[in-house]
Amino acid sequence: MNFIHLSLQLETYLVIGTLLFGLGLLGMVLHRTFIGMLIASEIVLSGASINFMAFGHFLADDRTTGQIATLFIMAIAAAEAVIALSIIVVVYRSYRTIDTDAPAEHQG
Amino acid sequence: MPVSDLMQLAAELIFLGSVATAFVGAAIAIFNPILIRGIAGLALSFLGVAGIYYFLSSPFLTFMQVLIYIGAICVTLVFAVMLAGNGAEKKPEKRKPLPTLMAALACSAFTGFLLYAALTAQWKAAPSTQLDGSPGRIGEAFLSTYSMSFELISVVLVVAMIGALLLSRDGRDKQ
Repeated sequence: MNFIHLSLQLETYLVIGTLLFGLGLLGMVLHRTFIGMLIASEIVLSGASINFMAFGHFLADDRTTGQIATLFIMAIAAAEAVIALSIIVVVYRSYRTIDTDAPAEHQG
Repeated sequence: MPVSDLMQLAAELIFLGSVATAFVGAAIAIFNPILIRGIAGLALSFLGVAGIYYFLSSPFLTFMQVLIYIGAICVTLVFAVMLAGNGAEKKPEKRKPLPTLMAALACSAFTGFLLYAALTAQWKAAPSTQLDGSPGRIGEAFLSTYSMSFELISVVLVVAMIGALLLSRDGRDKQ
């Protein structure tokens, strides 16, 4: 691995994407509040986007494919954030807290 | 050292700075129990990721990342924290060490497996010629090859908006 040309190698980006994905995964497990979990899920999506961009840039015949996948992920992330936040607001109205343990009485 | 090598070194340093920003921001977002600081860390992480996109020769995606993620999603998250409180007023109870350790171990194992797979897999050889990824060509692809997905994404966004309105309507009726 050539350290002067780190930014020109596919593996660098794969490692960055994987580590961000792992950090986000850890955050989703550790956070106790809904908003914390939402923040962690955004980091997971960032890691996935970096992977798409790296493969699109280095290996695809057409460099637009990776960018288009990332744009789709951005749109999905925006929709996800909107729905999750409105659910959080509803949960807060009912339970006066955003802890994930609070709505546990709804379990089947 | 020739000038081109110096330029390459400077570019490499900027790249490493972006990567460090992305990771430091993500660490703040994940390990800080106060939500508003976590959101600030998330914005920092998104800025670093935008820098990484620039090095993947996509200035368009860099701007979209800043506009959509930092400008829209982080601001929406701040709104939610303002509506629902940021957890700072209540001292978070101490995490039990054993479940935290197990979670960290499981996530590390999974990440390690992914890293192993990414670094040992035989990816196909890079193509000799690549079509460029200019914003113009992205727009053309959206309206030709990916037109169906493009329309479906707009439907998803409309459904998300209507869903958010429906969910938050209840509280307003009671007041």
